[in-house]
Amino acid sequence: MPEIVAFNTIDAGIEPEAEKVQARATQAGPRGRKPRRALSGRNIMIYGTLIVVALYYLLPLYVMIMTSLKGMPEIRLGNIFAPPLEITFEPWVKAWSSACTGLNCDGLSRGFWNSVRITVPSTIVSIAIASINGYALANWRFKGADLFFTILIVGAFIPYQVMIYPIVIVLRELGVYGSLTGLIIVHTIFGMPILTLLFRNYFAGLPEELFKAARVDGAGFWTIYFRIMLPMSMPIFVVAMILQVTGIWNDFLFGVVFTRPEYYPMTVQLNNIVNSVQGVKEYNVNMAATILTGAVPLFVYFVSGRLFVRGIAAGAVKG
Amino acid sequence: MAGHTRGSGRPNQWSRNLNAKFASVPMILTAVVIFLGGTIWTVVYSFTNSKLLPRLSFVGLDQYERLWAAPRWLMSVQNLLIYGFFSLVFSLVIGFVLAALMDQKIRFENTFRTIMLYPFALSFIVTGLVWQWLLNPEFGIQSVVRSLGWTSFAFDPLYNSNIVIYGILIAALWQGTGLVMCLMLAGLRGIDEDIWKATRVDGIPMWKTYLLVIIPMMRGVFITTLVIIASGIVKVYDLVVAQTSGGPGIASEVPAKYVYDYMFQAQNLGQGFAASTMMLVTVAIIIVPWAYLEFGGGRKRA
Amino acid sequence: MENVSVSVKDLSLSFGAVTVLDTLNLDIKDGEFLVLLGSSGCGKSTLLNCIAGLLDVSDGQIFIKNKNVTWEEPKDRGIGMVFQSYALYPQMSVEKNLSFGLQVAKVEKTEIDRRISRAAEILQIQPLLKRKPAELSGGQRQRVAIGRALVRDVDVFLFDEPLSNLDAKLRSELRVEIKRLHQSLKNTMIYVTHDQIEALTLADRIAVMKSGVIQQLADPMTIYNAPENLFVAGFIGSPSMNFFRGELQLRDDRAFVHANGVDFDVSAYPSRGPFKAGQKVVLGVRPEHVRVDEASSGQPSHQAVVDIEEPMGADNLLWLKLAGQSMSVRIAGQRRYKPGTAVTLSFDMAVASIFDAVSENRL
Repeated sequence: MPEIVAFNTIDAGIEPEAEKVQARATQAGPRGRKPRRALSGRNIMIYGTLIVVALYYLLPLYVMIMTSLKGMPEIRLGNIFAPPLEITFEPWVKAWSSACTGLNCDGLSRGFWNSVRITVPSTIVSIAIASINGYALANWRFKGADLFFTILIVGAFIPYQVMIYPIVIVLRELGVYGSLTGLIIVHTIFGMPILTLLFRNYFAGLPEELFKAARVDGAGFWTIYFRIMLPMSMPIFVVAMILQVTGIWNDFLFGVVFTRPEYYPMTVQLNNIVNSVQGVKEYNVNMAATILTGAVPLFVYFVSGRLFVRGIAAGAVKG
Repeated sequence: MAGHTRGSGRPNQWSRNLNAKFASVPMILTAVVIFLGGTIWTVVYSFTNSKLLPRLSFVGLDQYERLWAAPRWLMSVQNLLIYGFFSLVFSLVIGFVLAALMDQKIRFENTFRTIMLYPFALSFIVTGLVWQWLLNPEFGIQSVVRSLGWTSFAFDPLYNSNIVIYGILIAALWQGTGLVMCLMLAGLRGIDEDIWKATRVDGIPMWKTYLLVIIPMMRGVFITTLVIIASGIVKVYDLVVAQTSGGPGIASEVPAKYVYDYMFQAQNLGQGFAASTMMLVTVAIIIVPWAYLEFGGGRKRA
Repeated sequence: MENVSVSVKDLSLSFGAVTVLDTLNLDIKDGEFLVLLGSSGCGKSTLLNCIAGLLDVSDGQIFIKNKNVTWEEPKDRGIGMVFQSYALYPQMSVEKNLSFGLQVAKVEKTEIDRRISRAAEILQIQPLLKRKPAELSGGQRQRVAIGRALVRDVDVFLFDEPLSNLDAKLRSELRVEIKRLHQSLKNTMIYVTHDQIEALTLADRIAVMKSGVIQQLADPMTIYNAPENLFVAGFIGSPSMNFFRGELQLRDDRAFVHANGVDFDVSAYPSRGPFKAGQKVVLGVRPEHVRVDEASSGQPSHQAVVDIEEPMGADNLLWLKLAGQSMSVRIAGQRRYKPGTAVTLSFDMAVASIFDAVSENRL
């Protein structure tokens, strides 16, 4: 190695006496990495706490799965933490296809398909509108835009309960109250503040020169959006999608208020199955139904990983 | 930024930026008609005696007097205060401590984070139902502990009116502390690495560094988190519906549920409007000072 | 013999498979101002952090004042440190920033006051003591940061790119102040920078680093005039040294570097050993060591054409084409040349550098 040679030629200049002193010093005393015990008190404290906390977080999921795989007799006799002696998938089948809500007995499947029919269009429509809004706010600010935006953001903090009845009236006037269309509109409305903020901040963070260059090249509002902004913003669209899919899938209040029973989303269906007062409580079916309802957002969560964190952080912390 | 295109003949105000205005119609409608209009509408109708249908026959503060005389509403408010106080304190403290632990350059950080945050992906309904099952005195934690020999062990919050709200609190903390931890962790990661080095050179013990240097530096993160948790607390509804349906009796009622029940079940719209207006006032008390500090004080962000 | 203040012995540091520092040795004398110079990622800041105890070393030892501190905590090493981002505690006043560490270390109140007032006087920050860091300018903040190191009453000061966040004017002002501070305090200072002007102006000795290895350790003039290898030669100096790749030729008792079809007479070069004919070499000449149109007759000279002229006020920088290769020459500011002008160049080979083309070491 030429570098070492170069250095050594210089190092040779050190006086021999000094070298002796250092040679002596080199023999004695600490050298290299500071020894650390893997089981130091500090590590035990940190990992101990984290493991206990992790168990606390995992416990409900574990109990849910175990319960759903047991038969009712075993549940009545055993304890909820014990793994099933005999695994049965019957509760899952029943939860999916024949559990009763008090109104009907076609299980969660009806709610699942309703939720799909609600979530897919709501996600698409809300993101499409919010991204264009955010783009207009970031790059084409017009007089009054900031005022509307401020109202929108403040509105995000207003409890839904304050606004649901007026929305019922508006939807009734439009003739879509109780239908899926109505619910899609509601999700678009309440998704708008956070999504618009998300997109506005993202577009505002893109280099302004890019936008100016496109303007100089003669591109207009829609051309810039579709040809320049959209292709550059895929990550933020994915983040918005995660946010919306989990948010809309998990919604309960809007589902109850704005749809007729035949369109109830999965969460409402689930609550009706579990908390229905008729008949004997079938805890295994209930837990299977609960897992089924949680499966979609959990799937999104585990697949998206870091993007989910980014999504909620972006959603939670402004800009 | 928008007004570059001032050509020869100056176009009039309206046609400029027409596409942007057109694209913003949904936002403007939402902001003005729904958020602003809807809120005003509800507040106005809270002074009427609307029953099944909204009617503009004003009765002054009647609805509010009735509201504050209703035991169920008083119970709802009391529950919200207890639930709100403890969930603020616990989620901030637990969230920060967990974030601080996660920030010690630990192994398996991603695994731990994934575990702590997954409940946040679940709906309140799912959360409520799981904890309803875990807290079931016949089969859940209580019965398991009893079967281990401690036969007098009692832990049945969902069936005990005095502590039912704490049963809901446990579920809420399980669902939400992961988020607070993530926000705090992001805040900790945003702290300049050199600050940590400086405290080590200065020989400041770690706990003192957190207390006297890091937490004061994270003031903004704390305030934002506080606002997020607080506005979530006021809205709490699904969790109660799933876990207890407000029971036993009215022991776990909350304001949001009161509003829904009066509007859509009891067909007493006036009461629902008055109750929802009270919720609005509560949120305003939390939000207005914060918004004033954030946006009124310094106009840094354009 | 002077005392050794900081001594680094066979220091290695690796993160997983990545080796950042490789068996590095370095001795810093008492009261010496040593600059660690290199581009980002060369390991200079890593080395400083190891000396400070902020990074755990993989192998080797560190001595400060003849005490083995390899496993010591930073606070017990007798060091003070100044950071690039100042790292002041934002919620505390300047005074509190200075006293915080001392209070935690349970230093007596009167002693704390004495040290703070001394530091404040030296750095002229008395009027700022009650202010918060946010109310200070960048230069003032950096003074406070230096003050925080000062009150620790230590023997060794470590600076991690302390001026990089300041604008050019402030940077040169504070540079002078740091030099003055060193002259009055006479502490050992280790200073990390990527700015060669800072290095050349401040240092007693400079250690030029690349890929975790010290390329050359010498006083600034030696580094500038007799770079140990091709990397140091190219790294120091702006504009960069002119390099001509060629071959050594020996004729009639004279030595030539034959490059691009041109013979450069290097007989005047103070070579360390005898030249070998046919050796592939790189000839390096600094822009100010070339004379334009001043060659006396009989002296070896070369013809070149002016390509671009960059007047800089005091100097005038000419970019020339010599045998197809571009090179730069620094001449006095009042001498002007139009592009396309033919000029005669003569090289001052006594201060040139010649490197082996393969090992890249100085001959």
